Amino acid sequence: MKVSYYPGCTLKTKAKELDKYGRKSAEALGITLEEIKNWQCCGGAFTCASDEIATKLSSVRALVEAKEKGQDLVTLCSACHNVIKRTNAAMKNDADFAMKANNYMKLDTPYYGETNVIHYLEMLRDTVGFDELAKKVVNPLKGKKIAAYYGCLLLRPGKVMAMDNPENPRIIEDFIKAIGAEPVVYPYRNECCGGYITLEDKTIAAKKSNKVLHSAKVAGAEMVITACPLCLYNLQKNGTEDLPVVYFTELLAEALGVKED
Amino acid sequence: MQKIGVFVCWCGSNIAATVDVKRVAEALSHENGVVYSTDYQYMCSEAGQNLIKDAIKTHGLTGVVVCSCSPRMHENTFRKACALAGINPYMVEIANIREQCSWIHKDMVQATAKAIILGKAAIAKVHLNAPLTAGTSPVKKRALVIGGGIAGIQTALDIAEAGFEVDIVEKKPTIGGKMSQIDKTFPTLDCAACILTPKMVDVAQNELINIYSYSEVSAVKGFVGNFTVTIKKKARYVKEDVCTGCGLCTEKCPQKKVPNEFNLGMDNRRAIYIPFAQAVPKVATIDPEYCTKLKTGKCGVCEKVCTAKAIDYNQKDEFIEREYGAIVVATGFNPIDLKDYDEYAYSQSPDVVTSLEFERITNAAGPTAGKLLRPSDGKHPHTIVFVQCVGSRDTSGCGKPYCSKICCMYTAKHAMLTREKYPDTEVYVFYIDVRTPGKSFDEFYRRAVEEYGVHYIKGMVGKVAPEGDKLMVQASDLIANEQLNIAADMVVLAAAIEPDKSARPLATMLTASMDTNDFFTEAHPKLRPVESPTAGVFLSGACQGPKDIPETVSQASAAASKVIGLLVKDHLTCNPCVAESNELMCNGCSACEKVCPYGAITYIDKEFRMPDRTTLVRRVASVNPAVCQGCGACTVACPSGAMDLKGFSNNQIMAEVDAICK
Amino acid sequence: MTELQMKEQVLRMSGVDPLKCMRCGKCSGTCPSYDEMEYHPHEFVYMVEKGQISKLMASDSIYKCLSCMACVERCPRGVEPGKLVEAIRLLAVRRQGANHLKPDDIPAMLDEDLPQQAIVTAFRKYTK
Repeated sequence: MKVSYYPGCTLKTKAKELDKYGRKSAEALGITLEEIKNWQCCGGAFTCASDEIATKLSSVRALVEAKEKGQDLVTLCSACHNVIKRTNAAMKNDADFAMKANNYMKLDTPYYGETNVIHYLEMLRDTVGFDELAKKVVNPLKGKKIAAYYGCLLLRPGKVMAMDNPENPRIIEDFIKAIGAEPVVYPYRNECCGGYITLEDKTIAAKKSNKVLHSAKVAGAEMVITACPLCLYNLQKNGTEDLPVVYFTELLAEALGVKED
Repeated sequence: MQKIGVFVCWCGSNIAATVDVKRVAEALSHENGVVYSTDYQYMCSEAGQNLIKDAIKTHGLTGVVVCSCSPRMHENTFRKACALAGINPYMVEIANIREQCSWIHKDMVQATAKAIILGKAAIAKVHLNAPLTAGTSPVKKRALVIGGGIAGIQTALDIAEAGFEVDIVEKKPTIGGKMSQIDKTFPTLDCAACILTPKMVDVAQNELINIYSYSEVSAVKGFVGNFTVTIKKKARYVKEDVCTGCGLCTEKCPQKKVPNEFNLGMDNRRAIYIPFAQAVPKVATIDPEYCTKLKTGKCGVCEKVCTAKAIDYNQKDEFIEREYGAIVVATGFNPIDLKDYDEYAYSQSPDVVTSLEFERITNAAGPTAGKLLRPSDGKHPHTIVFVQCVGSRDTSGCGKPYCSKICCMYTAKHAMLTREKYPDTEVYVFYIDVRTPGKSFDEFYRRAVEEYGVHYIKGMVGKVAPEGDKLMVQASDLIANEQLNIAADMVVLAAAIEPDKSARPLATMLTASMDTNDFFTEAHPKLRPVESPTAGVFLSGACQGPKDIPETVSQASAAASKVIGLLVKDHLTCNPCVAESNELMCNGCSACEKVCPYGAITYIDKEFRMPDRTTLVRRVASVNPAVCQGCGACTVACPSGAMDLKGFSNNQIMAEVDAICK
Repeated sequence: MTELQMKEQVLRMSGVDPLKCMRCGKCSGTCPSYDEMEYHPHEFVYMVEKGQISKLMASDSIYKCLSCMACVERCPRGVEPGKLVEAIRLLAVRRQGANHLKPDDIPAMLDEDLPQQAIVTAFRKYTK
């Protein structure tokens, strides 16, 4: 099956592994990720203000293309997912914003949030199914104690993102089980890593990141996985705990036996 | 031709501030048939009523229109006054110029014009009114109380005290309700069991009270004074009249891993069980979900050890039909499910407990025999954080928009008792507001602070993070303007309370109204707080709104007094505004019979004389006026226009509409 | 702009009604940036209600909010303090020459691993 795929700017540069292993694994699972043509950067952050229109149009463009192809739009980077999913919800539920955005876009048919935006993890859970995924695992990561790091972007605002229980999620834990490893549940898995504040003040980002890493370590984790390049950066660069942090797609590719080829 | 008097009420400034009452009285005085028209400051007062009575006599009035508040409020008042002055009470019409006019409009010109139109409509109706005489119906002198908690117990005892029979229907195997799970009661700190269990025994021993435990109401028919209720007695697989309550079976049953709901799942019971030592009735019950014999046919240990031969694996659910004059709802409350509050880690750590769980932990008959030990490792906690308002006053969609009312006081109690028994334990209470309006309540809370050194912090907990054997509590201290991080051993959440889930289907059966939170609505929030708007249905305890024990008991006794007031009557005056079928127009289609919610319509075969001296037998609708409640559903359903409602006939309604549209 | 006009604009942009706040302080209890801020999430709500916008605009607190939405997610009244912080920050950076992040400063902030995401997000958050 084919789905529309929005990689985002970071996945083309600093987070190539997130993208590469994501594509390989999807192929191994029988899903082709068709990259949206001429996609533009999502802007990294969804601006809530009602008078911010232009900043959301690149997302609308990608959403429209997926709609025209009649495909779900799959995202991988947490930030892109957050921005596109929230923009889509605004197109669907905020008539004023939708009117203005449609006026800017001058589309043949106005867009009202028809596209289904799903994160790669949701695709694994709902399209592939974790049970099916488990069957296709050739290198189960037996005995590895892995902590899922959700951060804030995948889950909040809960009512819009609607991926999982925002306070006690399990989708990445279920993924970890599916690839044969042991999930480590810890309380700070849905707290912020510090995000873009690292540009201004690395000490703040370090505080946040260490809180997360410490929490994971106390709970017995040997490794942390994430879907967000900025989370990965903050945990690795600003955090001082000795705990490897990798993209979840890398482990997926490893488990499916498609990491090296 | 009617001679009509019009009386326009000011309702102090309630009406007169927005409606020009003199102008209304003047305008209506020119209406056809109106021989007298006046206004007065308070028409419902004695002087106002005398004004109406005098006018009836002086002007020989045959009909009266009162322009005032809603008929729900004072229709009866004015009907009585007119009856005393010698005219039929159903010759009175109310034009609601308060709720439907002055209260909802701001512009005096528009409101006055509307008041005049409403008055004209009422006058048009009075022209078509006919005197109606109310019939009577007998009262079944027995009451049903649904729910056997402290509310139901108190109501039942008070009704029985007046000499009437009472049945209690309780869905659990024992009466006692939430109060039986509580350790001590605020603000006096007396032992809940010591004051509740004697009352439970009183209920059991009272010859006028009959308990249907492990039972549910499954159907309700009839109306005030004449309810017929079907009670489902669930199979408990133990003969209630034979079981001696010795408890041997509950010790020998090999199925030991059944979560004990009395201790909120913090320990286990057997598949055959007596909920607690003082249960009433003290009879064992088999849990069919866990009983090996019932599930697989193998075992039978309880039957073997029972010397009274009380076990009966073949018992079936039993349906009993009973008649009652009055029904009291006392279905109580439950703490909400905390699944939407995972930021407090309730589902992630056994040491995060609800207040009711904490109550069981501190109860001598609880899972830790009253020792304050935390569930995860059985260790004594040295730092406890209480969080108030978890799910209360919450409009985000996760919780309840109302204040649960009891949490401030029980949290103060828990905090105080903890400090008293374990002075080495630091106790923090996070609060938004401390609400203690009750006799000796604020003094009680202050004692917790001043004498027991409980740390009250104005602020809210944002997150509870289990870390090792600690719970890291991150919270705001709004007065110090700082964020706190407390390493706690236990966290106690004051979960909001909500009406029992059984209340909603019950309300449907009783046609009793509820608010959006599923609390039963009272007939009047101030003046009729223990009556439901449905006649003959009364409200007791937390089913009507959050309540503590003293308030519940007061309301329970109040409901009982209302029930007694009803049951002492031999007959009730019926509503004469009932349906009536014009047999000549009825085509026998049964549409009315199908929509009647009260079963008031039957079909009879009746002989009609035809013009050529022959007779014809036709099937026609017949209304039982004692059963009809005058809802009017049949008049709408009737395709031939044969069904009409006395006092609200199609002609009368159309005359009103015409008067409004003219 | 007067304080009142600024307040109205903040309310319009954010869609937040500060009067729904019951002053429980859960937003500040949950905020990961609390200790970095001069004014805390609950103070944002109350100060907007009182119309003290310029005070908030002048404070560094508006650049310390991580937009992690924890306060939005957990507010029992649906007040959404994070959206207020954002609206006030936008009001501040939209003023002439008031960008909080200058493109010329960027090269010095980079390291070989810093993802693009951080730069575009910071630009979206800190500049007009």
